[in-house]
Amino acid sequence: MIFGYQLNPAIQMYGWSAIYQTLGQVIFAALIAFIVGLPIGLLAYVVSPTGLRPNRIAHAILSVIVSLGRAIPFIALLVLLLPVTRWVVGTTLGWYAEILPLALGAIPFYARLVENALFAVKPGKVEAALMVGASKSRVAFDVLVRESLPALVAAATVTVTTLTGYSMITGTIGGEGLGALLYNYGYSRYMLDVMIFVVIAAVIIVESFQVIGDAIVRLLDHTH
Amino acid sequence: MITLTNLRKVYHSSDGEVTALDGITLTVPDGVIHGIVGPSGAGKSTLIRCLTALEPPDEGSIVIDDQELVGLRPDDLRRQRRRIGMVFQDVNLLDARTALANVAYPLRVAGKSRREADERARQLLDLVGLGDRAKAYPAHLSGGQRQRVGIARALAGEPSVLLCDEPSSALDWETTRHILELIRQVRDRLGLTVLIITHEMSVVRQVCDSVTLLSHGRIVQSGRVADVIADHGSRLARSLIPLPETPIGVERAQLELSSSTRGASIDTVMRLLLAEGDDVHVQAGTIETIDGERIGRFQVSVIADRRDAVIARLRQGGVYVEVVDETEESDVPWDAADEQEDVR
Repeated sequence: MIFGYQLNPAIQMYGWSAIYQTLGQVIFAALIAFIVGLPIGLLAYVVSPTGLRPNRIAHAILSVIVSLGRAIPFIALLVLLLPVTRWVVGTTLGWYAEILPLALGAIPFYARLVENALFAVKPGKVEAALMVGASKSRVAFDVLVRESLPALVAAATVTVTTLTGYSMITGTIGGEGLGALLYNYGYSRYMLDVMIFVVIAAVIIVESFQVIGDAIVRLLDHTH
Repeated sequence: MITLTNLRKVYHSSDGEVTALDGITLTVPDGVIHGIVGPSGAGKSTLIRCLTALEPPDEGSIVIDDQELVGLRPDDLRRQRRRIGMVFQDVNLLDARTALANVAYPLRVAGKSRREADERARQLLDLVGLGDRAKAYPAHLSGGQRQRVGIARALAGEPSVLLCDEPSSALDWETTRHILELIRQVRDRLGLTVLIITHEMSVVRQVCDSVTLLSHGRIVQSGRVADVIADHGSRLARSLIPLPETPIGVERAQLELSSSTRGASIDTVMRLLLAEGDDVHVQAGTIETIDGERIGRFQVSVIADRRDAVIARLRQGGVYVEVVDETEESDVPWDAADEQEDVR
């Protein structure tokens, strides 16, 4: 009770669990996106015309996957993947069911950011490592990944904050979390206070990810 | 020892072929610091890329210490590369690693334990005078310090050959001097064969024992620095001891004089000039110490109708004399017309 305002029972009942569900959804989807997106981005760079092992066909295939994956509207991906989600997870309802489409949407997104981050590594560093007798696979990790680590973490931060936004959308088709709370109470039942609650919670979550990400980048970045 | 035989490399691009290396044959004996000079587009970068086997030549052979580099299988090539130390113009240190870790990296790649690699890296940092900066990241080192780390890294694999690609071009004059001095010290202590690619004649003057001038992928002039300088009027001799630009008068003829280690010494040249009295004016002069010998070049003007007599007397005294006319080329060993896009 603040200034005579009674906290909306929907917030009281579902507020915390909605936050946990959203966090769970975002963090798991992001982890999958990083684990799968990093090798795809690395591979796309390595087979690019200026990469360590140029391969026109592999590059064309990866480019199509990465571009197409990002071009499909997320809401379409969400609907199109319903049968797949049902097959993999066993249900299309609940916060964990939507991890799959979220991860699939984020994989090409992160892969492209990884590719861009690797392009920023000076080719001379690669040559220097090759000159001391390092193998190409060794150079890929010791030079490409290691030197762009701060950029890779910054890209991960962008990915996870973007995912937070997208996870809200899953609430409209039977997911749980803040998105569902917003849709079911804030929108369908005209509860403005629920809407405001969700917005504030989302802002705090996104900002927290950003602050944590920036701190890690500062820790890793030795260039200044 | 580095032996290059008939090295050829042609680049194919949309607007035709560019011959970057057109039959380079060159031998650099053990323990020598050899400079490769030339304008951009002369083939210097291509030459170093072939030497490091980052790019294969189309023809010819590269032998370093009895080991042919051309046509090696990737595994053997990797092993061979460890025996060649490479110093880059922009150093190319790994920013995510400390100076120590950068120097230790080649040793880690070669399969040494962390302790062993770090210990050796520490010794190398001491050798280049950076023992106290081992824990610093490259971003916190000055340009000269970074290049010192680069040299230490190049020495990590105990190479017999050190390749330096414009090692001082990104550095100021003072730092350049220190870096070149370090390269010389390293050669003296470890008995390395050193190849320095550069566009700066001052680098050749300061450290090189021998020098090759490249132009359009061919060798124009090559030899020991002392011999090259003795070849008065040659492109390298002129550019190693450059004269400032002076206006050429109408009624006075311009002469360029060189002292020589075999003919007239600098003192003799001066004495002969003084003896000519007011007929001869010294307009510019440069004295350089190269290979322990002081060599002087002078530009003088002489009253037109006394010209031939003056020239005769100077030549009799052992002075190298050349008449300068208005169409004379500049003191740079390459003409502006030689300059073309770097082919690489």
